[in-house]
Amino acid sequence: MLKTIRLEDENTQFLKKVESISGEIITVCDQCGVCSGSCPFTDDMDITPANMMRKVQLGQSDVLETETIWICASCLRCMARCPRGLDLSKVAEALRQINLRTAINHIKVEDISPEEAKRLPAIAYVGAFRKLTG
Amino acid sequence: MKNNNTQLMKIPYFPGCTLKDQAKNFERSALDSAKILGIEFVEIPKWICCGTVESLTSDDDMHHIAPMRNFIRVEEMNSQKIVDNEYRMLTLCSMCFNTLKRSNQFINNNDQETLKKLNDFMYLEEDYQGKVEVIHFFELLREIGFEKVAQKVNVPLKSLKIAPYYGCMLLRPPDIGIDDAENPSIIEEFISSIGADPVDFNSKHRCCGSYHTISKVQIVINSAKKIITDARNHGADAIITSCPLCAFNLDSRQKEIKEQDDSFKQMPIFYFSQLLALAFGLDKDSLGLEDNYINPEPLLKEKGLL
Amino acid sequence: MKIGVYVCHCGGNISEIVDVEKVAKYVDNQDDVVFAKHYSHMCSEDGQQMIINDVKEHNLDRVLVSACSPLFHGETFKNVAKQAGLNPYLIEMVNIREQCAWVHYDDLEKATEKATNLTEMGIDRIRNNNPLEEIKMDIGKSVLVIGAGIAGIQAALDLGDAGYQVHLVEKDASIGGKMAQLSRTFPTNDCAACILSPKMADVTTNKNITLHTYSEITKVDGNLGNFKVSLTHHPAFVDSESCVSCGLCAEACPVSVDDEFEWKISKRKAIYIPMDFAVPNRYLIDVENCLNQKARRKSGKTNVCRLCEKVCPQNCIDFENKPEYLELDIDAIIVTTGHDVFDAGRKPEYGYGKYENVLIAPEMERIIVKKSEGAEVRDIGKKIAFIQCVGSRDEQIGNEYCSRVCCMYATKLSQLIMHSAQVAGADKDIYVFYTDMRTFGKGYEEYYKSTQKMGVKFIRGRPSEIFKNPGSEKVNLRVEDTLNRQIIESEFDTVVLSVGLELSAGSKKIADILKIPKSTDGFLQEAHPKFRPVDTQKDGIFIAGTAQGPKDIPDSVAQASATAARVMRLLNQGSITMDPRKAFVHPELCDGCGECVSSCPYDTISMNADNIAVVDQNRCKGCGMCLSSCHSDALDLNMFTNFQLFSEVKAALKDKRESDKRIIVFADSICTYKLSDSVGNAKNKYSVDTRIIRVPSSSRVTPKLILQSFALGADAVFLGDCEKKSTPFLGSIDAVEKNIKLVKKNLEIVGISPDRVEFFQFVTVMLTKFPMLLNKMETIAKNKGTIPHEKRIKISNSLQEWLFPKNKEI
Repeated sequence: MLKTIRLEDENTQFLKKVESISGEIITVCDQCGVCSGSCPFTDDMDITPANMMRKVQLGQSDVLETETIWICASCLRCMARCPRGLDLSKVAEALRQINLRTAINHIKVEDISPEEAKRLPAIAYVGAFRKLTG
Repeated sequence: MKNNNTQLMKIPYFPGCTLKDQAKNFERSALDSAKILGIEFVEIPKWICCGTVESLTSDDDMHHIAPMRNFIRVEEMNSQKIVDNEYRMLTLCSMCFNTLKRSNQFINNNDQETLKKLNDFMYLEEDYQGKVEVIHFFELLREIGFEKVAQKVNVPLKSLKIAPYYGCMLLRPPDIGIDDAENPSIIEEFISSIGADPVDFNSKHRCCGSYHTISKVQIVINSAKKIITDARNHGADAIITSCPLCAFNLDSRQKEIKEQDDSFKQMPIFYFSQLLALAFGLDKDSLGLEDNYINPEPLLKEKGLL
Repeated sequence: MKIGVYVCHCGGNISEIVDVEKVAKYVDNQDDVVFAKHYSHMCSEDGQQMIINDVKEHNLDRVLVSACSPLFHGETFKNVAKQAGLNPYLIEMVNIREQCAWVHYDDLEKATEKATNLTEMGIDRIRNNNPLEEIKMDIGKSVLVIGAGIAGIQAALDLGDAGYQVHLVEKDASIGGKMAQLSRTFPTNDCAACILSPKMADVTTNKNITLHTYSEITKVDGNLGNFKVSLTHHPAFVDSESCVSCGLCAEACPVSVDDEFEWKISKRKAIYIPMDFAVPNRYLIDVENCLNQKARRKSGKTNVCRLCEKVCPQNCIDFENKPEYLELDIDAIIVTTGHDVFDAGRKPEYGYGKYENVLIAPEMERIIVKKSEGAEVRDIGKKIAFIQCVGSRDEQIGNEYCSRVCCMYATKLSQLIMHSAQVAGADKDIYVFYTDMRTFGKGYEEYYKSTQKMGVKFIRGRPSEIFKNPGSEKVNLRVEDTLNRQIIESEFDTVVLSVGLELSAGSKKIADILKIPKSTDGFLQEAHPKFRPVDTQKDGIFIAGTAQGPKDIPDSVAQASATAARVMRLLNQGSITMDPRKAFVHPELCDGCGECVSSCPYDTISMNADNIAVVDQNRCKGCGMCLSSCHSDALDLNMFTNFQLFSEVKAALKDKRESDKRIIVFADSICTYKLSDSVGNAKNKYSVDTRIIRVPSSSRVTPKLILQSFALGADAVFLGDCEKKSTPFLGSIDAVEKNIKLVKKNLEIVGISPDRVEFFQFVTVMLTKFPMLLNKMETIAKNKGTIPHEKRIKISNSLQEWLFPKNKEI
């Protein structure tokens, strides 16, 4: 079912919030989609990276509920190619942070099986808990 | 730098967490190989974790404190004459390299206010002067000259076809990368210098899936499979990396790939330093091949290198 | 000295606010003032006649009209002076309408005080006016056109037809430029060569055009009306007079190299003709690849190969051919040196040079031409992709601009491929990957639609990378279809990169030789983006075609004709009149330090044999920027001399009471002064404590003058100028910023708040910004209080030492 978008003041507020946390001027995104083609994980995402940018531009806060923002691993392929010089990893980070700052963590230690826990390298732990917990 | 074997060039070295644990073979092979080149890695006293991932929000200075503490240590090493006027901080792990270099850039490029704020926060430490430069071992090798590296090779790794896996952290963001972000050549030059053949493959700077190995394992499995298969299709015998997380994802996750797809052909994953040590003719202890998940010995024996 | 002062009522505009009678009465008592009158309309016939009669009757040698803006009626009163037999530079206007009556209408008393003071300032200024003569210079009708692409050809033909003498210079062996390499042209699909070649032929038959092909400009000196141009004709080793282009030489030549005209898709010989319809139509020898020439360079042997010479029936090959050097006297120059296409190798993710299936659009263009000629060319396959914006709209490679032609040329190439396939009964599957389709020209949108009609598919998305799977003949392309929000990964037989346009290497070289600026996009900069789009900052030098920015053929031709018209407008007068507003040197004050020489961006200052600075009056732009570099006040500017401005500032402060604040505003003539007039017209009021002083450029205001203003009692100083991108004076804004910084630093030394000096770059529509900023200065002046006397003395005593510290050693 298609949902009608209303362009209210709160939409602009959401855009401004994401711009402020990310430090990126998201309105300059041209929607060319070079980020999406560059992203190695689009097959695992529910919306494309360019679509994530579009939703932020229009202040559609349902972007916070997408899987995409959690899948971005800041590999920066998109950033190195963006013709408008945007860093999408910072936008994804800001969107994750908006979620995480409500004190809801995206991963839990207890979900990791004991044998996996033993096998995993420290670098993976630090990275994941930095990115996916508040 | 002094080109005299009797006097080693001393350089402050930041190991990072995983090199003291799962990636001991990475550290050992690198340190031992460096000695052959006349370089001594001097471990930074009281180093602490870099944070692994760079803070990407504009309102978060806190995450720069850990990197900065390490930079202060390097400045102290100089004032205490542990090293002689050597402010370069050497890293092996790509992730540490990236996090530390970006943090250093943030601290130094930002207004003085940020530097002051961070310095004020750490009232027990000396202030950071901003003198440190973060470099990766590959950059040091390039500086020494790959032809010099080649001169020290005892066992040229002839007929070994190696896929240079850059991953993300050595190349991006482009302004801190060690080479061109789209068209790098430094690892290829390294591979040639030890007598092996570099293989050009499409996935050389494709992300392995990084920390998703904790909670979204399937992403990593898919990604690792793609990278390894691509390397294999381009004729590679093995892949080299300089990141313990890439190494884990490409090497250890082959277990799951194999479980899911029996037709998958496994491939050894090396730290670049392991092949350097092998080419220099160092002994088994330096190589640490027993810590690799996919046993590389059959391949090396087949090529007559073991 | 006899000064006559006239205060104008402006039919009530002024007199309803300002007590003009009181003003006249007050200034009547000033030294040198013979009388001060007030009159209803000074600009009327009667008012003008009154001045003429008074000058004659009272032998007035200076006239001051206190009325409206000099930008409004300055010329009127200049003519009055001429009629009265007075030098036109001895009449001045004071602006008590726009800058007083209209902006201080709510305080009649203060307005009258200000009008009185402004008139006093005028009197003190005009006392120092000198009679000046307008400069006149004869000019001829000789024009240099550099670059013989379609723009250069068009400009040369227009001028030649109009009777101007044209030297058309082209670095390549043939004229025709990039257009000659095109297959067909959008939106009409007519054959490029067919419409271009008649024009090329016209160049050779036009008796007013002298063509110099295979030639390069090496040096250009001088200015409008007297450019001296050095030119080198490269040796072609084939005599163009006797060569009949029979081609026997090329048949005999054993060397085969890539043909650059064909974008290297085919080969040519070392002796070759650049293209079928080359003008001049003669063969030439490529020195790099000719066996004989190679041997000469290497070992001095001259008897190698020479097969072409043996077969030539006309005996026109001369291996001893030497370069020729020429000097031309030129009055005006048109630069049409064009573009290069973006080097696709700079986007390694697209694999150009790595994969054979990846082409750039010009290569595809030549493949189409060669194929239509029946030549053997590579097979482009069935499934073809075009990637748009390669090298354009991309910050990663530093080109933020849109190249304007690529949407249309990709559309055209798709159409041509589709068309020839239809004719041959073959199938083609074409996809164009774009970010935005920009088909804005006349007939372009219709052309786009007709292409869609042919079945070409347009997909909105910028491909991220091209790669090849091992063993595959094809290349893979990955992209988001942003309208579908899905990733497409698909194989193609050929991918065509629609490469953008960049300023050509040749254009860069010419820009350096001519010292004309480039804009931030890297192309040559026009003097004004709207009203002087084909002029440059340098008088007598014009630009057209893609050297100025990416554009298509119709726009290039239109611009070229525009430059021809601009040149005709300039040269047709036979002579040019220049304002005497030029820098000059008081030789008795110059101590020969030479600091000023490097201060002029136009290189007009030099030291003469006696080590005294001299200013080249012909080239001086009259900005006055150089004055700040002189520690001995030896450099000066006509119409705005040190004396005049100092006297004006002094007068502006002489009636200041203890309770008053005073803000000295230096306004450049082009933007800020004009803006202040508009603010007056709009009746946007601002602080009555302001005194606006007109200067040609705020870079004329030396740090010394600003500090002197404070020493004399100013509470704040404000400078206004144009934005950097719109000022006609090179480097002036940077110079002002530097001056302001210096002044602020020195104010701090004495403990005066640096906030008391401000500089702003205006555009002339900032009708509320201007009053706002002046009011802000008033607030600062009020909050900071009056500057104590001892600090003013300190400034006065120290300024020379601050500004010219080295002076101590001299």
